[in-house]
Amino acid sequence: MSISNPSQTTSGGTPIIKIRNFDFAYGDAQALFDINMDINAKQVTAFIGPSGCGKSTFLRCFNRMNDLIEIARIKNGEIKISDINIYNKDVDVIQLRKHVGMVFQKSNPFPKSIYDNIAYGLRIQGVKKKSELDEVVERCLRDAALWDEVKDRLSESALGMSGGQQQRLCIARALAVRPKILLMDEPCSALDPIATAKVEELIHELKKDYTIVIVTHSMQQAARLSDHTAFFYLGKLIEYGQTDQIFMNPRDPQTEAYISGRFG
Amino acid sequence: MKPFYQHELEDLRTKLILIGEKANEAARIAIDGFLNDDLKKIDQAIALDDVIDALEVEIDQASVRYITLRSPVSRDVRSILVAIKASHDLERAGDEAHSIALRAKEILTSDGHSGDTVTIEQMSQIACSMMKDAITALVEEDVQLAQAVILRDKEVNRLHHHNFKTLTIGISDDGTETQKSVQKVFISKSIERIADHAKNLAEEVIYLIESAK
Repeated sequence: MSISNPSQTTSGGTPIIKIRNFDFAYGDAQALFDINMDINAKQVTAFIGPSGCGKSTFLRCFNRMNDLIEIARIKNGEIKISDINIYNKDVDVIQLRKHVGMVFQKSNPFPKSIYDNIAYGLRIQGVKKKSELDEVVERCLRDAALWDEVKDRLSESALGMSGGQQQRLCIARALAVRPKILLMDEPCSALDPIATAKVEELIHELKKDYTIVIVTHSMQQAARLSDHTAFFYLGKLIEYGQTDQIFMNPRDPQTEAYISGRFG
Repeated sequence: MKPFYQHELEDLRTKLILIGEKANEAARIAIDGFLNDDLKKIDQAIALDDVIDALEVEIDQASVRYITLRSPVSRDVRSILVAIKASHDLERAGDEAHSIALRAKEILTSDGHSGDTVTIEQMSQIACSMMKDAITALVEEDVQLAQAVILRDKEVNRLHHHNFKTLTIGISDDGTETQKSVQKVFISKSIERIADHAKNLAEEVIYLIESAK
């Protein structure tokens, strides 16, 4: 069941991502069916659902990472970010990925220093002035709640950091190019509980300035962190609404079954 | 490191303290109004019932929300359970205070004065101090104070039993005095129930603290 009027499912915010009648396939295998939803700016939206339901595929559509998969294709519909259809032919995908940053399940810092990890994106954009790079590196590390932990060892390799620190470094790296939206694909699944709590605290702070969409297998994490939650199953959007309502009073029996662990 | 939603537990605790204060205030001024023939205080007590009811609903909703969204464990889940049970006891104490106020109002508007209230005054002092101490024990997590509250309940029960015997002896065909005596029996019963709810609250405090050991 898709939400026929997506604007009714969001509240207390302005939509920044609008998805309409979206169908997506890998070759002949359709992965997403008629998705309609609005995602609000400066809020956290969580995608939940069983493995293989299409939530990560859908997430990767927002920054066209699926373009890298040869057989991936849109069958129908559109995704608009700030009222621009991101699948228009004249859209610069590199610029899109600057505005829509991504953090992956397994942290992937570059095999460089902590400083160079943050500065890399700016340098390839042509920023050379050291004072400007220094300022951005400090800002991003502070925003990622890492500055106090690493300020005295910025020249050390990022690979020497703990898993939780590496993940926060990846977030800082994404922030360096000033995105509007951050996509997070199970950002805590490889982290211990303390590192997870730090990343969640960071996400809670970041939403004051950024729109965040997070895929998570942890319903407790979705309940803790998000303002809105979307439940997917077999490529369809089953239910989408405020997180309070989804977890306290789900409308769809499939949603109720999934969140209460009675699925399958 | 406190989670970013820690304030929700603290807000819940604040609401619990507030409903305790309101229930205690309602009991105190209802009884005070009855003992001193003060209709103004009685009306104030009546008005507090809606406030107390609304606070119980808020505490229930906040508790369910916290359990659903925050998956509490250990002490946090016990705190939530105690909040739900304690707010229920305090709301029921508020209902008893409301009942006292309504009956007192009936006595005063039909007869103008409450008459002899010595033993009712005695038991109300104990019941109100039990409620006040139970709330303090909850706020300060004071097991000893909670245990002392529980021990005082017997005296309230004894005084209510005495009131019942004394007040029912005088019941006759005299309509006015009979009605007054019956109302006083009910008032005595309500005060005894307030003491019971204070005792329940004290037991919940002990559960909260002792379970952690």
